[in-house]
Parts: sequence; C-alpha cells; structure tokens
Amino acid sequence: MRLTTVAIAVAALAGALALTLRHAGADPSGEDIVPVSNDRASAIAMTCANCHGTDGRLESTGIPSIAGKPEIVLRSQLLAFQRDEYPGATVMPRLVKGYTEEELAAVARYFAALKPTPEEPSQQP
Amino acid sequence: MKKFSLSRREALKRMGAVGVGAFLAAGGLPVYGNRSHGGQRVAVIGGGFGGATAAKYLKRLSPGLDVVLVEPQKRYYTCPFTNLYLGGMREFETLGHDYRELSRLGVRIVSQTAVDVDAEGRRLRLADGDSLSWDRLILSPGIDFRWGELEGYGREAADKAPHAWKPGPQSRLLRRQLLEMPDGGTFVLVAPDNPFRCPPGPYERVSMVAHYFKTHKPRSKVLLLDAKDNFSKQGLFLEGWKENYGDMIEWVGRSNDGRVVRVNADKLEVETEFGEIHRANVLNVVPPQKAGFIADRAGVTDESGWVPVQPRTFESKQVPGIYVIGDATQAAPMPKSGFVANTQAKVTARAILADLAGEEPPEPTWTNTCYSVIAPDWGITVAGVYEVHDGELREVPGSGGVSPMGAAADFRKREAAYAEAWYAAIAQDTWGSR
Ligand SMILES: Cc1cc2nc3c(=O)[nH]c(=O)nc-3n(C[C@H](O)[C@H](O)[C@H](O)COP(=O)(O)OP(=O)(O)OC[C@H]3O[C@@H](n4cnc5c(N)ncnc54)[C@H](O)[C@@H]3O)c2cc1C
Repeated sequence: MRLTTVAIAVAALAGALALTLRHAGADPSGEDIVPVSNDRASAIAMTCANCHGTDGRLESTGIPSIAGKPEIVLRSQLLAFQRDEYPGATVMPRLVKGYTEEELAAVARYFAALKPTPEEPSQQP
Repeated sequence: MKKFSLSRREALKRMGAVGVGAFLAAGGLPVYGNRSHGGQRVAVIGGGFGGATAAKYLKRLSPGLDVVLVEPQKRYYTCPFTNLYLGGMREFETLGHDYRELSRLGVRIVSQTAVDVDAEGRRLRLADGDSLSWDRLILSPGIDFRWGELEGYGREAADKAPHAWKPGPQSRLLRRQLLEMPDGGTFVLVAPDNPFRCPPGPYERVSMVAHYFKTHKPRSKVLLLDAKDNFSKQGLFLEGWKENYGDMIEWVGRSNDGRVVRVNADKLEVETEFGEIHRANVLNVVPPQKAGFIADRAGVTDESGWVPVQPRTFESKQVPGIYVIGDATQAAPMPKSGFVANTQAKVTARAILADLAGEEPPEPTWTNTCYSVIAPDWGITVAGVYEVHDGELREVPGSGGVSPMGAAADFRKREAAYAEAWYAAIAQDTWGSR
C-alpha cells in the first residue's frame, strides 16, 4: 500500500514536469487561455471539501489533504486524472471530467494559495 | 433582488457593499461584503447534511449575516454508515454529531421543531409557541414516510418491522433483532419504488446484513423484495454479492413478483403483487417517502409530495424567498444523498448571498459520490457532476459513472478504505466533527 503511494507520487511528479514543459511551450506566459475567476474556482473547490475537508484540510484519513500543496503538483494530478493517466485512480477521474482544464488549473491555484493548517479567523468587526 | 426596493439597492451600491466576492479573505474564500448582510437573517430548518452545511457556509461566506439553525435534536445521527453499524463494522455512537462547532462559528442554534411557516409574513413558528422572523429561509427537513400507503405498514408496524431509514432508535432495534435472530433464519428487506432516500441504500444494507450473517450466522438467508426492476450500481452489487456471499443474497425484482403490496408486522409476513407470502425472522421495510412535513406547511410541495425548485438556486418554484435543499427536493438526476445535500447547500448559500446583495446567482456546480460498502474490503462508488443546461439540471456529459466491473481486489479494497475516509471528511465539512 505504502509502496503504491510512493509510486503514484513519483509518477505524478514526473507528469508534473512533463506538463510544465508542455505548457511552457504552448503558452509562455503560463496564463490560462480562458480566464476562470477566483469565485468560480472557490465554488468548485467547495465541492472538493466533501472528501478533502473544509478548505481542503484533513487530518490523516487516507484521503490526502490538499490545502497548500504546490500548484504544479495539484494541477498535474488533476489533469492526469482527467486524461486517465493517473495510475490506480478510483473516483477522481469521473469527477474531474465534469470540469474544463482551465477550471482545474484554477482550482489547483486556489488550493495552493491556502495555508495547510487553519489559522484563527481574524476578528474584524 | 425582487425584495429590495430600488432606493435600498441604490443605497447599498453607494456604500460599495454590493458585488459578489468583493473581498477576499486571507484564505482565498470570497467574503460577500459583510456590511450588506449585517442585520439580515437567514433561518435554516433542519441540521442534517443539507441544513448544517448551509448554516456553516453562510456564516463562513458572510460573517456579518445572522444565521439561525432550527433543529430539535441536540445530537444528529447519520444514515450514512448505519448499514456498517448493522453489519457490526461500526459503533453506533460514531455516527453521532452535535452542533458545538457550528455554534462556535457564530451560527445560532435553536433546539426546536419548526411547526409552521408564514411565507408572506416571513416568520416561522416553533413548537414552544415562539416565532422567528427571517429574510430568507432554507428548508432541509429530509424525508417523512407515507405511513399506511403500503398496506399494513403504519407507525406502529415499525416497532416490529423496523424501517431504520431514519437513524436512531430504529437502527438500534434492527441491530438487536439481527443479534437475536437464530442461525438459519431469513432477513427480508422490502425496497420501495423511486424516488426515495439513498438509491443504493437498500443494496448496501443487505450486503452488510450478509456480512454479519457470514461471520456469525452462516446458515441464514437474505431476501430482497424490490418494487423496481433496476437499481443503483446493480451490476457491481450483483458481482460483489456473488464474490463475497455466494448465493446468500437473493434479489427479486418487480417483474419476478418482487413488489410487496401488504405487510403483516405481527406475523412478520409480506405479500407480493401476485399473492406470494414471504415469512421473515427479521423484517425490514423501507416505506414510500415524501418531503419532511414542514415543506407542506410552507406550501412548497406539489402533488408528488416533493419540492420543485429553480435549478440555479434551489429557491422554491412556488414560494419566493424559501429555498429547499436535500432529500426533500425534486433534483433528478441528482440522487437523494447526503453528499448531494451538502453540495446543494453550498450552491444555495451563495445564491442567497447574491440575492441579498442584489446580484445574479453565480453559476452553480454540484457533485456526488456515493460509496457503498459490500464487505470490509469491498467498496464501490457512483459519482456525478451536475450543471444547469437550458434551464434544466443535468449530469455534465462525459463525467461521472460507476466503479469498473471486474476490478482488481486492491481497487475494491481502496474504495472501501476511501468510504471510511469520506465519512470522516464529510462529517468534518458538515458539522465540524467526525
Ligand atoms: C441506510 C442509509 C444509508 C445512507 N448512506 C449514504 C451514504 O453513504 N452517502 C450519502 O451521501 N448519503 C447516504 N444516505 C442518504 C442521506 O442520509 C440523506 O440523503 C441525507 O440525510 C439528506 O440530508 P437532508 O439534509 O436532506 O436531510 P436529513 O439529513 O435527514 O436532515 C433533516 C434534519 O431536519 C430536521 N427536521 C425535520 N423537520 C424539522 C422541523 N420541522 N423543524 C426542525 N428540524 C426539522 C431533522 O431532525 C433532521 O435532523 C443514506 C441514507 C440511508 C437511509
């Protein structure tokens, strides 16, 4: 079980590198062609919370916590799910196929920008 | 939008408070202009998967909003995983969640039943006679049973032949009956026609009963009498039953005379459409259902007994200002699941905040994943992503679907492990507990 996880992580990272290269070629600015608002990204991100915890934070349950993970890793994992290139995936490919590549990229950016551990909400009146 | 007079809307605009996602909190979550919602009250009836999530996310998105959650139970027990409890895989208390975390977030908890809704006056009446005003109302009351619609199955019959389709004493009663049943006995489950709460639920239940029998009472039988010819994840269930339980589970669909028309709870007997009598040692009847009664009181149900809603926002089609989410709604192709109720709550929370700010609702997105546990190492899933297309709800083409047939043991095992992880996650996301 543990070995599989390591293998998946390595595969995902390799995918991440390949994707960076591919994207760098296609779009040197690194920007998405179709802009996806942060608002849309957060709407999609809320559906992730069902399994990955509110704001993508989970104490070890077997499902990974995703808040604060590097954007490139999240993005390449999501795209790998979408292309059925993620070894051993179960439900994620079926879910991410409901969204565009641009939306997935925006969701990756959204979670990457969150802190991995919650901070107390600032008590502004 | 329609509820604001022009001058008020204008005033808000000048204050700069209108505008969805005007501020971004440190975490990246849009905060819907605090000030515009200060003094506004959203009341939520029902603290289950839909209602608790709605209250939590309203408060997170708009901390200045007055959010009141009306729920009579101090501790809510989930239907999800009651089947695992019946199978001996889970302690009952692990299914209980309270409202402390929501209260800590600033949601006001009113531990009462709402007995009536005055849509015009924008008030609701509580069981103790008090009343509560609201600017927008969310109903997430879950289901009620159509007692007596299945002949012989009224309230009292459930004391002998439990439904265990709302958790609590009924689940414990059914568990006790299973424990007391002699080896070699027969468990009969009566499954209703669509629509009903948790489409894969009856099939997961017989799986878990079979798991308990296999480990403790191996000579026993499981008979599932069904009012339908097809059911959720059918191929996967039939495969899983065969692999794990041989021919212990027998499923009889409608065309094979599976539809039960009469129940005799005293004798633990049921009669099917074409007159066959089946005798049970333990009889579990899942009765026909409708939206929770408060939906009727609010005038939002139609002749089907369920609630028609505007697809984008889940505002009632019949009564403006009242939003309905969860099992009570007609939201096909979304199933009546806790997962769906949770994502509906989030979409509706945003739609209400937009409405209060005089904005158009944002583009909605909903998801579902229903895990079913067939055996401790054998989980299966159905997933879906939903959108509004041409004014109708639909599944996003090319998304969703069920686990593959004939998958490797490791795949089934991981989906079983993920089911447990999912439970912890959604409990945390909904009530802040696990
Ligand atoms: C055996 C079984 C297994 C299931 N397994 C799963 C699963 O694995 N995954 C999944 O996603 N779903 C599952 N479900 C479905 C899930 O339980 C429901 O879809 C979910 O509970 C719906 O949420 P809700 O908010 O609509 O209603 P509920 O969760 O039923 O909440 C309704 C709440 O409203 C309160 N209430 C009702 N009327 C009033 C009133 N007048 N005033 C105040 N409060 C009121 C009730 O006390 C209750 O707490 C399962 C269901 C069953 C029966």
